[in-house]
Amino acid sequence: MKATRDAYGEMLAQLGEENSNIVVLDADLSGSTKTAVFARKFPERFFNMGIAEANMVGTAAGLAAAGKIPFVSTFAIFAAGRAWEQIRQSVAYPKANVKIVPTHGGVTVGEDGGSHQSVEDIAIMRAIPNMTVIVPADAADTRGAVAAAAAHKGPVYIRLGRNKVPAVFPDDHQFVLGKGCELSSGTDMTFITTGIMTAQAIQASSLLEKEGISARVIHIATIKPLDQDIILQAAKETGAIVTAEEHSVIGGLGSAVAEFLGEHHPTIIKRVGVHDRFGTSGKAEELLKYFSLTPEDLVEAAKEVLAKKLAV
Amino acid sequence: MIIWLLQKTDSRFNSKKGPVLEKEKIDLLIERARDLRVSIVKTLHKSQSGHTGGSLSAIDIIAALYFHELRHDPENPHWEDRDRFVLSKGHAAPALYVTLAEAGYFPKEDLMMLRRLGSHLQGHPDSKGTPGVEVCTGSLGQGLSMANGMALGLRLDNKDCRVYALMGDGELQEGQVWEAAMAAPHYRLDNLCALVDANALQIDGEVEKIMNVFPISDKFRAFGWHVLEIDGHDMKAIVEAFEKAKCIKGKPTMIVATTVKGKGVPRFEHKASYHGVAPNDDELNEALMCLGCFED
Repeated sequence: MKATRDAYGEMLAQLGEENSNIVVLDADLSGSTKTAVFARKFPERFFNMGIAEANMVGTAAGLAAAGKIPFVSTFAIFAAGRAWEQIRQSVAYPKANVKIVPTHGGVTVGEDGGSHQSVEDIAIMRAIPNMTVIVPADAADTRGAVAAAAAHKGPVYIRLGRNKVPAVFPDDHQFVLGKGCELSSGTDMTFITTGIMTAQAIQASSLLEKEGISARVIHIATIKPLDQDIILQAAKETGAIVTAEEHSVIGGLGSAVAEFLGEHHPTIIKRVGVHDRFGTSGKAEELLKYFSLTPEDLVEAAKEVLAKKLAV
Repeated sequence: MIIWLLQKTDSRFNSKKGPVLEKEKIDLLIERARDLRVSIVKTLHKSQSGHTGGSLSAIDIIAALYFHELRHDPENPHWEDRDRFVLSKGHAAPALYVTLAEAGYFPKEDLMMLRRLGSHLQGHPDSKGTPGVEVCTGSLGQGLSMANGMALGLRLDNKDCRVYALMGDGELQEGQVWEAAMAAPHYRLDNLCALVDANALQIDGEVEKIMNVFPISDKFRAFGWHVLEIDGHDMKAIVEAFEKAKCIKGKPTMIVATTVKGKGVPRFEHKASYHGVAPNDDELNEALMCLGCFED
């Protein structure tokens, strides 16, 4: 079990060793986002901008214009939310080589409550042209995503979490930007998931197997640009989709999949996520239950789409 | 009558050889600024869209930058050792565009395509398409942050180039400006020189009445900047202020330039109404007359 933010902190320091153009900015949360690891190693390349996210993003854009590769961190709601327009105008519109990598995305932020739980960031980042949007599943996925972001020329948004999560991928996992991963083959229906919900889907597929239901699990790390091929194939071969994300059902992965399939191969689909509500204080595990984001909830959703499929 | 010419760039710097021409003297700069004002009104008249008042109030400063102060090479817009300029008040794009054209960054004919579909001369500066434009601006309040970032990056690379940023006074109403204003002295950015084109007017009227930002100098001083106050249309004062700024160590410099919106054409002067309005035929003719065109 390892938190994606811990993997980020380590990977950033490693990349910083390999490439002297990498610089890091934070908004007084480096202890939480783990940019502090890089900061300790390369203090002259770390810029704490204080509690001023808009300026932080603009400063990163300026550093990119001067040839640097800035990684920018804070909590997801403040990065994507507060500095949304700065990301749009100063980073995406000029195609500045800035990597926005916040942590503490989703409801599992826990006790801090709704003000700190971003359920909208994937949607609002996805809507920006020139933006690549990634939500890794675990530590290995995160390491790959961060390396891919550094190598990619242009704006990237990577959403990480707060808590330790189980490993979904082996340590030598090869991350490919823009490509989904089939983690479990199946024929009756497909889970298309991102972030922490991929591990939940793997558990759900085990539960379904016991009931004789064959569930495919596809992890989508890169939500934009979406791996349309793997999704189309799953729709054609299984005929029933359940998407899941630690995010609103409005505008995130579920919407992206529904948009694509709606135009190319209308398929029975159910979006599992937060239903147009804010988060709330509680323990992470409790909140997953509260917002119906557990493997059991995924099993129920799978049965729902299967019933519809069989009724046709 | 002004004739459009495709002239060879009279660049002061050759990025491979170093300085090749002397800095332009004050008289020449004043002439430049007059010619650039003519370009501005002609360009805006052609496009029938754009920001007249704020372009005319900024042009003396911008002329002084590109023909005297900045180390830059129009034939090598990506020269690593160039000074950088951020037009944070991006709506004054016409002032920047005519200056870049005059300096030789792109053909002057391009000016006739300002704001047209497919033109690289976008409504607000777009670094993706226009040589010489460093960053995208237009949404007010974001340029100083970017200038800070450039200054930080250049210092990391031990370069002695400088960064200049021009804001409007209405723009100071944006909170992000003050985040950046806090950060620049905190990071001791003495390779940064910012300016405020303080023409006292914004779209809905007087800055003081809409949302008062004055006293500007006191604010920047309190934030830790070295502050200079000048008449933004006094070329000698502009040039001297740039010289003084270069001597300040350990903190950034803010030049608060008192200006006149629409400066150069009495009909446009001191008027909020010419903020985002381009001159019509009559207004153009009057402008050209005031700028001394028909005396040639």
